[in-house]
Amino acid sequence: MGITIELEVNGQPVKREVEARTLLVHFLREDLNLTGTNVGCETSVCGACTVHVDGKAIKSCTQLAVQCDGAKVTTIEGLASNGELHPMQSAFWEEHGLQCGYCTPGMIMAATHLLDNNPSPTEAQIREGLKGNLCRCTGYQNIIKAVQTAAGAEG
Amino acid sequence: MSPVNSVLGSPIKRREDPALITGKGKYTDDLKVFGMLSAVMVRSPFAHARIKSIDTAAAQAMPGVIAVYTAADAEAAGMPGLVPVGWLLDTLKTPPHPMLASEKVNHVGDAVAVVVAEDRYVARDAADAVLVDYEPLSACTNPKDAISDGQAQIHDEAPSNIAFDWEIGDQAKTAAAFAAAAETVRCDLRNQRLIPHAIEPRAVLADWNEATGEMTIHLTTQNPHVHRLLMCLSSIGLPEHKVRVIAPEVGGGFGSKIHHYADETIIAMCSKLCGRPVKWAATRTETNQTDAHGRDHVTSAELALDQDGKILGLRVSTYANMGAYLSTFAPAVPTYLYGTLLSGQYDIPAIYGHVVGAFTNTSPVDAYRGAGRPEATFLVERLMHLAGEATGLGPVEIRKRNFLTPDQFPFETQVALTYDSGNYGPAMDRALEMLGYEQLLADQEQRRQSPNGKQIGIGFSAYIEACGLAPSAVVGSLGAQAGQWESAELRVHPTGSVTVYTGSSSTGQGHKTSFSQIVADRLQLDVSQVEVIQGDTDLVQFGMGSYGSRSGAVGGSAIARSTDKILDKAKLIAGHLLEAAPEDLDFKDGSFCVRGSADHSVAWGDVALQAYLAHNYPENLEPGLVASAFYDPENFTYPFGTHICVVEIDPETGTTELLRYVAVDDVGNVINPMIVDGQIHGGLAQGIGQALWEGAHYDEDGQLLTSSLLDYAVPKMHNLIDFELDRTVTPCPHNPLGVKGVGEAGAIASPPAVVNAVMDALAPWKIQHLDMPLTSEKVWAAVHSQ
Repeated sequence: MGITIELEVNGQPVKREVEARTLLVHFLREDLNLTGTNVGCETSVCGACTVHVDGKAIKSCTQLAVQCDGAKVTTIEGLASNGELHPMQSAFWEEHGLQCGYCTPGMIMAATHLLDNNPSPTEAQIREGLKGNLCRCTGYQNIIKAVQTAAGAEG
Repeated sequence: MSPVNSVLGSPIKRREDPALITGKGKYTDDLKVFGMLSAVMVRSPFAHARIKSIDTAAAQAMPGVIAVYTAADAEAAGMPGLVPVGWLLDTLKTPPHPMLASEKVNHVGDAVAVVVAEDRYVARDAADAVLVDYEPLSACTNPKDAISDGQAQIHDEAPSNIAFDWEIGDQAKTAAAFAAAAETVRCDLRNQRLIPHAIEPRAVLADWNEATGEMTIHLTTQNPHVHRLLMCLSSIGLPEHKVRVIAPEVGGGFGSKIHHYADETIIAMCSKLCGRPVKWAATRTETNQTDAHGRDHVTSAELALDQDGKILGLRVSTYANMGAYLSTFAPAVPTYLYGTLLSGQYDIPAIYGHVVGAFTNTSPVDAYRGAGRPEATFLVERLMHLAGEATGLGPVEIRKRNFLTPDQFPFETQVALTYDSGNYGPAMDRALEMLGYEQLLADQEQRRQSPNGKQIGIGFSAYIEACGLAPSAVVGSLGAQAGQWESAELRVHPTGSVTVYTGSSSTGQGHKTSFSQIVADRLQLDVSQVEVIQGDTDLVQFGMGSYGSRSGAVGGSAIARSTDKILDKAKLIAGHLLEAAPEDLDFKDGSFCVRGSADHSVAWGDVALQAYLAHNYPENLEPGLVASAFYDPENFTYPFGTHICVVEIDPETGTTELLRYVAVDDVGNVINPMIVDGQIHGGLAQGIGQALWEGAHYDEDGQLLTSSLLDYAVPKMHNLIDFELDRTVTPCPHNPLGVKGVGEAGAIASPPAVVNAVMDALAPWKIQHLDMPLTSEKVWAAVHSQ
């Protein structure tokens, strides 16, 4: 039995019927074709599926789409505006903050949320703040540089 | 456009990134094809069990379910369904590995059936409704125990679960060295089992075209052509020219996406039988249960030294876990990729290694970042640490006293390799200088005055690796069932821009950037004029793929060779246009000019155009400007370096804190230093993860206890520190770029550096060795048992 939900995704109104059990990440990827948000685990550990819901970074693999009825959702596809990369996206490119790119959308979404709450984090605060996002390629060093660069650019 | 002559060696930003930072990169599970179905595997919950029956009726009757297939259906699809092994040894037993088990399952995660449905939720529900009646059997998981009497027998073809019995070096000569030794040190160790954990789980999208008889498979692969070849030889029952394998974006591999897994052929079978495209993507639990794992050795190693601390001999005995089946390159990993590395950076006059490979009821074990070389490096560098203590020479002097010296190269080791080049002292000196070693020793001494306080440990690892796999004839003589060259093709377009087709296949290494730097440098173009195509068997002529740190040294060399062929032909055309002999031409600033007459020149673009117009053209020369090369390396390449780790141990809690990590690597010439540093960072994270946190655990029944990221400790951001890197440069003498490879160095070097640091910190407690991972619990227990 489907449930109708209405929400805003990347600034666009969306109205869809979904199964109650549909995970937000599958709703985004398969119903809305927003495949930038990735699935890396099913236990909320890896963070590849991180998106913003009402301004907070959440892991969309363990949230139901119906829980987002009425919410504002932003995915990696909604981060750039008017063709301009978000400063965090530019910083990841500038600092080689990615290799295979699979964790990157989630990492960028988590990192932008981190800076929303703490515009000038220390290295320790970045490491603590982003420990919910796994990267197997970079050893994190250049991700931290990217967050610092973005913080500088925004500050 | 101004030519960029310094492009080789520049940290240019990656050309891959704009797609990946905006969510536009397409990985296999991102792909949708019209009419596509979803598949979910039914996997064994038992490590070892007889299958008494499989009842698919309830699942098949569920709404939205298209089909449920078992081993019996493979025949109907015309598929042999046998997963092959790609490396043979003289004594190797090769029991069959059916893609779907029908009589017996041999590890948790062994597939027995597959459900195809309209969507993945329905398929998942239906998979739970497939009833498999199992008769559980006793299981074995430890490779040393598995070959002893009274253990579960896994394959009829492999009595006592012995997969192979292999040796290298000279046993008698080594025994004589030990008999003459003034000092011996010994280490009994477990190099624990690891799960690779690419963040992208494996996935397959198979699309069968009944009308043309063509199968298109999008796949998470590091080597699409190798995948196609193995499938066509053994599992899929289709000829190679009717199968297209495409690697879209691949989200990390680290070895785990080299191998041919049953899943690829199972999904191809589903598409063939359903007549519709079918996609499957592993869950993380499936990933942990079925991706080939790494390492898992039980080893005893001994080093013999004379009274001056010079090494006389090395003796190693290893039981290597193969898991339930032989994965693609599994037999090579604990033999030729391991035993051949036992000489390390040292002049060792006698070496003997003996390896027994054992089947167990665990996931197959195969190449994982480093593959054999980390295991060898770990035991050699642990022994050097112990030898430094036993002789009183300390970790620096014991190594320096035994380093091969620059005048000894090329050096033929006692274990079959010929090191082409090396200069080990300067790398260690640079690392010591960066570290401030003397001050740290003083700090350590001071800490030791308070025995209950936090202690500092300093650990060394002077490593070598053999990579750039590899001379085909050599690996063929050792059992490889494939060549190890790489191919490249360059197509120059009439307007002068270039498309490069490479047999290397990236999983995040930045090939599009590095390879375009190679071409741009040689053709004096801007990198924006070079496009790199990889990962598609219909587009690329052939390729052995990316693993063993081979893409730069072998794939890059193939590109360099094909670029040189292009230049040779372009010179013939330019010579004709300039009415000069080709050998009198220089290629400079993007133009061919007659030597000594700089204004008598023709631009690159005009030569390219003339190659396609062929209006004003040399006689007997074919039009077009296309060249390909198959580059077969003369030798392996031998990166090396010294890594030093500093840790602080709290004896009250057993906690290890990383304080410093200094890495000086020599990977030869560098194409893009930013990418090279990034490769080191990632390798370090994985190697430090092995040393301190990671490990796959099976219980005595063969249940995998670390089947999710909740219980397998992939390093997180707050676990790690800022690594301090530098390089020395000793170019590879035998390839056109002088590059050696960097993908695995960090993972090879770091485990012994970290473990040696922890053991150094624990020196006051006289603990001889602790096995990885050095968890707080393990360290605390060791300290408090004293």
